[in-house]
Amino acid sequence: MKESAILLCDDVTVEFDGFKAVQGMNLKLEKGELRFLIGPNGAGKTTILDVICGKVRPSGGRVTFGKVDITKKKEHQIAELGIGRKFQAPSIFPSMTVSENLEIAMRQRRTVFATLFAKMAEEERSRIDGQLTMIGLQNKADWRAGGLSHGEKQWLEIGMMLLQEPEILLLDEPVAGMTDKETDKTGELLHEIARKRSIVVVEHDMEFVRNFASKVTVMHEGKLLKEGSMDEIQRDDRVAEVYLGKRRDADVSRSTA
Amino acid sequence: MLMRIQMKKFTPQRIWILIAYTAAAAALFSAPLFVSDFRLNLLAKFLAFAIVALGLDLIWGFTGILSLGHGIFFGLGAYAMAMYLKLAASGGKPPDFMGWSGLKELPLFWQPFQNFWFAVAMGIAIPAFLALVLGYFTFRNRIRGVYFTILTQALVIITTTLLIGQQAFTGGTNGITGYSTVLGYSIGSPETKRVLYYVTVAALIAIFIFCRYVIGSRFGKVLRAIRDGENRVRFIGYNPAIYQMVVFTISAGIAGVAGMLFVLHVGIISPSMLGIVPSIEMVLWVAIGGRGTLVGAALGAILMNWAKSEFSTAYPQGWLFFMGLLFVVVVVFLPKGVAGLIGQIKFRRKRREPNHEGVRNPAV
Amino acid sequence: MEVFLLQLFNGLSISSILLLVALGLAITFGLMKVINMAHGELIMIGAYSTYLTQNLFQDYLPKSLFDWYFVLAVPVSFVIAFIFGLILEISLIRFLYGRPLDSLLATWGVGLVLQQLARSIFGAPNVAVTSPAWLNGGMKIMDGTLLPYKRIFIIALVIACLVSMYFYIYRSHEGRRMRAVMQNRDMASCLGVSTRRVDAMTFAIGSGIAGIAGCALTLLGPIGPSLGTYYIVDAFMVVVLGGVGKLVGTVLGATGIGMFNTLFEYWTNASLGKVLVFVCIVAFLQWKPMGLVAMRSRSLD
Repeated sequence: MKESAILLCDDVTVEFDGFKAVQGMNLKLEKGELRFLIGPNGAGKTTILDVICGKVRPSGGRVTFGKVDITKKKEHQIAELGIGRKFQAPSIFPSMTVSENLEIAMRQRRTVFATLFAKMAEEERSRIDGQLTMIGLQNKADWRAGGLSHGEKQWLEIGMMLLQEPEILLLDEPVAGMTDKETDKTGELLHEIARKRSIVVVEHDMEFVRNFASKVTVMHEGKLLKEGSMDEIQRDDRVAEVYLGKRRDADVSRSTA
Repeated sequence: MLMRIQMKKFTPQRIWILIAYTAAAAALFSAPLFVSDFRLNLLAKFLAFAIVALGLDLIWGFTGILSLGHGIFFGLGAYAMAMYLKLAASGGKPPDFMGWSGLKELPLFWQPFQNFWFAVAMGIAIPAFLALVLGYFTFRNRIRGVYFTILTQALVIITTTLLIGQQAFTGGTNGITGYSTVLGYSIGSPETKRVLYYVTVAALIAIFIFCRYVIGSRFGKVLRAIRDGENRVRFIGYNPAIYQMVVFTISAGIAGVAGMLFVLHVGIISPSMLGIVPSIEMVLWVAIGGRGTLVGAALGAILMNWAKSEFSTAYPQGWLFFMGLLFVVVVVFLPKGVAGLIGQIKFRRKRREPNHEGVRNPAV
Repeated sequence: MEVFLLQLFNGLSISSILLLVALGLAITFGLMKVINMAHGELIMIGAYSTYLTQNLFQDYLPKSLFDWYFVLAVPVSFVIAFIFGLILEISLIRFLYGRPLDSLLATWGVGLVLQQLARSIFGAPNVAVTSPAWLNGGMKIMDGTLLPYKRIFIIALVIACLVSMYFYIYRSHEGRRMRAVMQNRDMASCLGVSTRRVDAMTFAIGSGIAGIAGCALTLLGPIGPSLGTYYIVDAFMVVVLGGVGKLVGTVLGATGIGMFNTLFEYWTNASLGKVLVFVCIVAFLQWKPMGLVAMRSRSLD
């Protein structure tokens, strides 16, 4: 069983000035899995993503990616190994054009020497063009990325992540601020991607989770509360107590958004 | 995609740019035919300053790191050349100022500077190495933004105190002056000056082309990405510290080249020419010309220094007032400098057409 | 033993001057993230205010009162620098919040203008300020070891400034508003705090303290238009080393730099000592990049 796990968080604890944001969290991700991570505010969902991608150093526990221990690695090393991260707010490079954004995100050798003498190969060009078409920005390739709309920026960032070709994608609320149509499109895209890669999605939008989730992990106060299919989660009393009791609120806020 | 192909084929603009560059280069090369020797010497000095501005723009304009330490890198290049010139003048004996401080023997580290090419190599290598060391210990720990800027300023202070304090080795406050020959040619003769001018023009053009290449390469794109969002760059898998270190080192090396040329034209280097004020003045040239455009930075350096030489002797007090106010005005009203202003005017004119498309597109 | 005591006192004295110079910066840089390069010129303004106070006493008041001019000079320097700071904030700084590097360049320009202004009013040469008689001489602790009263006075002045700042920031109504704005600007303004007013006041107080520093510097030697430039970089180093956001850091930073400076200069010489201090600061930042006392927060950027 253990061989198929691509990512393993073992007893991870994170402290911020004495406050334990995550305590003894365990998470196992299989290859090609689409995992949803849910939980009320402050449950530590984003923090666990931060730990995996190296932004936050855990005070205890281990994170293993494949066979590599990445607990102590730096952000760029983890990214190079094949873990991509998308933040909540779209973070693209606003002063560069859309295609330049994709160009530097693309999987390639990232040393100073390599980038200094890199020539745009025909194959790279077509990869970028293909990605542009896929995210629907083919007509805006030469726009400054800062001039895109919010939704377009989200898509650009997803495009950048895909070109990065990570084995694991960590997405923090990817559909926030998207229209219903865009949300559905994103959900389908995630399933598509999950055929080749593994994905962890932190999401508040319960409808989105219900429509697209296969396996869900619920966190509460920095701990693992329950893991299982959406049906199991919905039937669980403790989850209902801490979280799904608020489902109606979530739906209401969504319909007004 | 359509637009990109259009842009690539949009040759008239490219041709115009090419014509403008060629004209500028031709004007620089033919200047000795029209300008008096005195003016030519001044122009040569300004061109050396333009070279510093290019290097400074690389790190500030394109990478977003403000260095207030470029006076030092410029100065170290200048001192390296000055050591060669001084030894050439004294015929390998300890220079006059060493005698005044009671130093009888030429110190060991001075000796190889009798060789011109060694001095040139050191004029680039020493500033570059210093930048590499400072860069390594700062960028690695994500000391950046204003913290880095303040550290570079502290570097200026300690280097100048060291230069002044170690009078026996550096000439102290007076610096190093009194040269006679360079590679056997009299340094003061009009012919040599003219050749040195051509060398400076060639260096400026070569460094300009080099900077253009760097900026246009994928490396340059990563630099701009670092300026936009250092952390995001990290999560893509680049190590920004290495990139920042490399660009800081390159930039310091370029400043060293400029410093060497400066000494050859001006005939003196002293700590006051590389202190806090000159260092921040260099930043002003780039700010006025336009950070983020190489041409703007170079032109800013030339224009500001031309204005300074015109007005500062006649109205020394007025000049400082003017410079102070210029700082304020440029930062508050013209954050992208004169080049940005021109770009804005052009952009406004061109903007109309793509804007229509932009409005229409989402609706489709 | 004597040497040790004397060096210790010297170190303490340098630390106190550094701290006085850096305290104002700790407020404008630490709390407001504005790099005020004109801080040195505000110090210069404080020094010239003291000079003017002295002249007024000399010209218009009986000689017997002259010694007491200094008691008045401290508040006068504060008020004048405060007013300059207020004008500076209202006319320029408020356009530069959130752009630290730009604020650095613009305020450097302001500093240049102020220096030039001082040069045209008071002339380029340095002027001397006569210290009051009651600060001459010193405390004899041992044979041959004299602790000058001037230096002791400066140490006392720093402590007084620190205590009043502490009470202002942590105990007063105004101070609470100030901390609220610096910690969460949007929330504070939602709760009805006038952030504009707080910004202006904070900056002006930082400037006023620079004025007091200038007043103290007149005790140590003649003053000139470029007085501030000698201190400004050191003062920034204090803030960088101490870490931003808390007064304790600034105090520790100033003490550290002052002590090490004295020690290294005693061991080597003045210029090498400075190099060693710089190397130590950079080395220290390898261990704690955010300075001695850093406020840790979850948000990156």
